[in-house]
Amino acid sequence: MDLKTITIDSLRKRLSEREVKAVDICQTALDRIESLAELNAFITVTPQSALARAEEIDRGVVRSEQLPPLAGVIIAVKDNMVIRDVRTTAGSRILYNYKPPYTATAIRRLEDAGALIIGKTNCFDFDMGSSTENSAYGPVKNPWDLSRVPGGSSGGSAVAVATGMVMVALGSDTGGSIRQPASLSGVVGLKPTYGRVSRYGLIAFGSSLDQIGPLTNCVEDSARILAIISGRDPQDSTSSNCPVDDYVSSINEDIKGLRVGVPREYYGEGLDAEVKTAIEDALRKLESSGAEVIDIKLPHTEYAVPVYYLIATAEASSNLARYDGVRYGFRAEEAASLKSMYSRTRDQGFGDEVKRRIMLGTYALSAGYYDQYYGKAQRVRSLIERDFKNAFEQCDVIATPTSPTPAFRLNEKTSDPLEMYLSDIYTITANLAGIPGISLPCGLTSGGLPVGIQLLGKHFNEALLLRTANNLERELGFNSRPPLS
Amino acid sequence: MPITRTDVEKIAELARLELTPDETNLFTAQLSSIIEHVEKLNEIDTEQIKPMSHCSPAEDDAEYTKRDDTVQPSLGQKLAVENAPDSEAGYFKVPRVIGG
Repeated sequence: MDLKTITIDSLRKRLSEREVKAVDICQTALDRIESLAELNAFITVTPQSALARAEEIDRGVVRSEQLPPLAGVIIAVKDNMVIRDVRTTAGSRILYNYKPPYTATAIRRLEDAGALIIGKTNCFDFDMGSSTENSAYGPVKNPWDLSRVPGGSSGGSAVAVATGMVMVALGSDTGGSIRQPASLSGVVGLKPTYGRVSRYGLIAFGSSLDQIGPLTNCVEDSARILAIISGRDPQDSTSSNCPVDDYVSSINEDIKGLRVGVPREYYGEGLDAEVKTAIEDALRKLESSGAEVIDIKLPHTEYAVPVYYLIATAEASSNLARYDGVRYGFRAEEAASLKSMYSRTRDQGFGDEVKRRIMLGTYALSAGYYDQYYGKAQRVRSLIERDFKNAFEQCDVIATPTSPTPAFRLNEKTSDPLEMYLSDIYTITANLAGIPGISLPCGLTSGGLPVGIQLLGKHFNEALLLRTANNLERELGFNSRPPLS
Repeated sequence: MPITRTDVEKIAELARLELTPDETNLFTAQLSSIIEHVEKLNEIDTEQIKPMSHCSPAEDDAEYTKRDDTVQPSLGQKLAVENAPDSEAGYFKVPRVIGG
């Protein structure tokens, strides 16, 4: 059994025809997780509960019951989503021992659909950074080249899918944290529209930007997962009751006449030449599928990084105020007063990048600077959203590189935070505008590193986005695997 | 406008972070260069532009934000303090607040 190639649909058929057992698939996944431990993809593995649920599925098969839609699907979730009584760290020392008293809605929906949750994947300290080096639990390694990062912050999720430890993983995306690691690790990663998936139980970083989504080995599996996790949840007042489309049945329709917009601002300085070539090849594949590729303009692109880093850090500084050593997590010893307990706990519990962002966010929100920084960023955010509205009057889908470069080396960008921030340039705009985006692998560099192409769509039009991605995936025929597996 | 050491100390105080002297030095340099980069936004005239605080279609719709005011089960005292670093008799325990 190869978890890298089996799809959700084919697994369900093989289970119901009694060709395979859910417990055997679960054991395959556990063995693979253990044999690839050096990649450091997992923080916590939950074999007992996964095997117990697998036995339930197998009993259902014996009784010839109708199998649930995700029967036996092996899923890992990023360690910033809570599962009741399973340690959840958000990649941070400050939550090293936190056992949540409740389960995230997206995870509950997967479990109710028959999925087997096998563990929690490594991510960095509160989702911050683009390389998964900043995890308090050690860096995740890229299976395509162990000296490189897998991207982040959902790096553990991307690696678990890329190496066939699991079939599917959930990630979260605040500025590209699903799409960028998907691109750098050679898998499919989908960030849904803001509000499409409930954030209840997702540990908050940037509340107006965060969204949960799947990482998978094929577009069809992403469509199946999205169909399950989407929809209104009374526990998240920002979740939408916009109808959940039948994402799966429409993905095989063709894309003749589809207008694909190419923003020239995304193809300029800083874009690696080999990445550019791979993206241009993919654009020709879209044309040969019947789509029309047209030039569009997103004129405020160059302002996206400063806007993002002001808004994301302002929201993070506010969200992370709750970690004070009182109700959960780490507490510094030997503090004489309450105030000193707070300050020492937070200094010792948070990593450098988290502290840097809390500092920047606090500054941007502080008296005298609020209008100059945070207020200004909110206004320019409106202009970025307007850019997309205008662009989508001329095209149906937008195509860009996901990341300006292939995977970079461990420690290559940690000394200069600004340089790392600039590597998010193509993904952060979708979070600022709230639109959906998907990254899928479109080729390898001469050094054997995967390149991802990003497709962006209109609000709540995941169906068209997935259909376009599925057509492109078929045309590309990308089936390379990391040398390690 | 460059950020000074004094600024960093003040921000750290507001953010309840007891930085080490090394961290204060590092953040003074790094925050200055980040702030210099974000000053780029001043190139744009945003006088007539409304600030965008969220991108949720939900929040503008009363359908979403209103619900019946009915009592729901909550966490309860036992579970609420279960993760606390220190607790006593169902309460969170912290160092002395007044007169310490």
